[in-house]
Amino acid sequence: MSIDTVQHAIDDPDHEQPYPELGLKPDEYQRIRDILGRRPTSSELAMYSVMWSEHCSYKSSKVHLRQFGEKKPETDALLVGIGENAGVVDIGEGWAVTFKVESHNHPSYVEPYQGAATGVGGIVRDILSMGARPLAVMDPLRFGPLDAPDTRRVLPGIVAGVGGYGNCLGLPNIGGEVVFDETYLGNPLVNALCVGAMRHEDIHLASAKGVGNLVVLYGARTGGDGIGGVSVLASETFDEGGPTKRPSVQVGDPFMEKLLIEATLEVLHSGLVEGIQDLGGAGISCATSELASNGEGGMHVWLDRVLLRDPTLSPEEILMSESQERMCAIVKPENLAAFEALCTKWDVEAIVIGEVNDSGRLTVDWHGERIVDVPPRTVAHEGPVYERPYHRPAWQDTLQGDAPSGLARPTSPEELRSTLIDLVGSPNLASKSWVTSQYDRYVLGNTVLAQPEDVGMVRVDEETGLGVAISTDCNGRFAKLDPYAGAQLALAESYRNVAASGAVPLAVTNCLNFGSPEDPEVMWQFAEATRGLADGCLALGIPVTGGNVSFYNQTGDTAILPTPVVGVLGVIDDVDRRTPMVWGPDGELIYLLGDTRDEFGGSEWAHHVHGHLGGLPPAVDLDRERLLGEILVAGSRDGMLTAAHDVSDGGVAQALVEMALRSGVGARFWAPEGLDAFTFLFSESAGRAIVVVPRSEELRFTEMCAARQLPAHRIGVVDSGLAADAGFEPGTQVLQYTDVFTVPLSELREVHERTLPEALA
Amino acid sequence: MRIGVVTFPGTLDDQDASRAVRVAGAEAVTLWHGDDDLKSVDAVVLPGGFSYGDYLRCGAISRFAPVMRALVDAANGGLPVLGICNGFQILCESHLLPGALTRNDSLHFVCRDQRLRIEDTTSMWTRDYAPGQEIVIPLKNGEGCFVANETTLDELEGEGRVIARYVDVNPNGSRRDIAGIRNARGNVVGLMPHPEHAVEPLTGPSTDGLGFFTSVLNSLVSAS
Repeated sequence: MSIDTVQHAIDDPDHEQPYPELGLKPDEYQRIRDILGRRPTSSELAMYSVMWSEHCSYKSSKVHLRQFGEKKPETDALLVGIGENAGVVDIGEGWAVTFKVESHNHPSYVEPYQGAATGVGGIVRDILSMGARPLAVMDPLRFGPLDAPDTRRVLPGIVAGVGGYGNCLGLPNIGGEVVFDETYLGNPLVNALCVGAMRHEDIHLASAKGVGNLVVLYGARTGGDGIGGVSVLASETFDEGGPTKRPSVQVGDPFMEKLLIEATLEVLHSGLVEGIQDLGGAGISCATSELASNGEGGMHVWLDRVLLRDPTLSPEEILMSESQERMCAIVKPENLAAFEALCTKWDVEAIVIGEVNDSGRLTVDWHGERIVDVPPRTVAHEGPVYERPYHRPAWQDTLQGDAPSGLARPTSPEELRSTLIDLVGSPNLASKSWVTSQYDRYVLGNTVLAQPEDVGMVRVDEETGLGVAISTDCNGRFAKLDPYAGAQLALAESYRNVAASGAVPLAVTNCLNFGSPEDPEVMWQFAEATRGLADGCLALGIPVTGGNVSFYNQTGDTAILPTPVVGVLGVIDDVDRRTPMVWGPDGELIYLLGDTRDEFGGSEWAHHVHGHLGGLPPAVDLDRERLLGEILVAGSRDGMLTAAHDVSDGGVAQALVEMALRSGVGARFWAPEGLDAFTFLFSESAGRAIVVVPRSEELRFTEMCAARQLPAHRIGVVDSGLAADAGFEPGTQVLQYTDVFTVPLSELREVHERTLPEALA
Repeated sequence: MRIGVVTFPGTLDDQDASRAVRVAGAEAVTLWHGDDDLKSVDAVVLPGGFSYGDYLRCGAISRFAPVMRALVDAANGGLPVLGICNGFQILCESHLLPGALTRNDSLHFVCRDQRLRIEDTTSMWTRDYAPGQEIVIPLKNGEGCFVANETTLDELEGEGRVIARYVDVNPNGSRRDIAGIRNARGNVVGLMPHPEHAVEPLTGPSTDGLGFFTSVLNSLVSAS
């Protein structure tokens, strides 16, 4: 096999290179030639092509993502900002947490199990590479219609992959989302979030500092899996009849990842590591160029030293391989023996593949021949940046003009009751326990709240009870109707969920899932959503700490709903004080906080009952969200609340049903004055929550709301003794809308829980 | 009292088992798979997880670990041993307990709050429960279906060696709803559900699991 060396590239400058097949545009290829002053070698071409892919370089999104930094609110909490593997937030008492959400959409469509599994593995290594012990994972998932044949293909595989990897890795899966919409048919969204914690002094960064320090590759051996996975899979859409891309998907080994976690934490805590980077997309190309670029600026790599699973791999393939469960550490020569000993303890292989220098070049040799000689910044950080053209779609006005006001609404008690039953069992509102019961939520013994609660909450410090809560949310239909408002509504919902649990919202991560950036209308959705999210974070005073963009989520010309998934992290001083969804004994009072308006654009009711999407999403009032959040947190801190639950998809009706089912105890309720039954039950106005207040705290709580001018309506009371009057067997627990209808919890539970098992059996 | 908790490569619930030991009032002692020194502990917990990635067969590789050589001898000599989930699988592979754990009949991993009935309170790990007492503790496994031939099952039943049975739902297809068994002597117990995840009201569905850990402490006290 002849190797394309630097010398060869100089000697044979006109050699034709297959850059289009690697996803590079002619001007991008020319730029590489300009940077190098010659044609790239095939290894250099491989590195640039994968690092300059959309997935790695953010070339289409960068100009918009800058807003997250430019509009960053004043905060002391941010210890490490955007740009590192994951942002780091101070949660007090010397603790810091890091969290991030990433997409693994395209691999999961091609190979559901492995695509989803390696999505979990990748985000866990991102968290680990900051020096944090991973604490928990969450998985926002989106699929085509529940009854579509392809959903039956991808959903079970994706769920099994998420569970198979996370369960074996020993991280509790504490929440996420499962959403169905026809636009995700052919483009399922698999987003994976991980949160980790560390002491402040344990924060590590991806930089190769210290001339003479060694570059150690450790973990799994490098194989042929995932070669070009990032650039090939993430940068092209799925067209019918295209060639099969199965070999590009990576294969995960969670057992190796578990060993890698323990070995990594032990070498970090032993002070043996100067800098660290995980190997994910773009493998060794990414790790070496980023480490060098962030450090002294130079690095030399002996590529033939890399331990291989497949000895026939070419140097180009080794550079691009996305084999999982690998990490790269910068280690002082005098610490190498101790580093290797700890790797041996955990049965992890380690090999020195390079050395840090100050040459300003990343050089790679293959059996003594120079095959790469590049300025590392041009690979890692100075890729192309595109100002993609964008414009508001012509159909946007028509869409917004198609208000749901003309849709037939239920009016009679019977119609209202059957609408409620119908929605409770609809795919998006039905119980997701078919999915979540395949995930271990108990491992590590620190899970305080997990789905179907509003948030996942884990204890960070067993001594003090310090903990964190996370929620991920997005209603893509709202974002389709108005991407700016839709992104803010996703943020607001996530913020509200965190506050409802009693935690103080602190920081934001996001996973921006969109169609093709080469479509100006999709690009407009992206630009608007990004602007909305940045403005929203500024208004709520919580910074974006990092995130991920996934473009090209479309089949043919049909893009997915714009889906800016937002994750908000909050901190709670003592997890013992959390506010769950479960209400207390008879007599406790149910309050609806916030204003309910006639808002049905993008609602679950319009979607499920009428198949309608049009009009405007609910109005956004971030000042109100902030006030509501403060009240919810104060209510928790001062012991005024037994339970709280965010009101969003499906409205007050769905929120009450979920609380009643979780509690197993009935309640009666009524509408606030001046509100018609339908709007009360099903409107999806933002800025609302249901709280449950013991009678002894009622006055204190309502006075607090009045003083802060937050509308608080008493809409019900917990009551386990309604059965007899309503004509049911004594002891039957029912939810009763006074003078309108009564539904036994057993009926609601059956409807709520049967939908997914029946569809996926 | 000192109770050892073994860590194999891929063990996941070791920190939880150690916490449960401490909550019960004993000292938790870390034992390493590659070390055949049991550090003079008074009892041992083999915690849950995916030791060696469940490769080959659950527990099949771990049984050859140096620590298991020492543990099998000690268990045959009367040392109390509790195997939870993957630990139960390792005990079966080590022939300290009969039968085997196979793939759930649903073919899915299942995590749920599981109701059990304590059937035998003579073992060193169940004496603090009342006979027939029902408890709710987490269950989480992919390969928790207990199987054995009919003769063995009849023997287990006849000798009162079924220590716990699934109630309401059999979550994995286990023969005769068996959730846990013991050896003839009563010092070695294998249990598929996870009592160590039910020792704190904050993080568990109950504190019903604590009884396993207090039982062994009381057994040891009354034996000494």
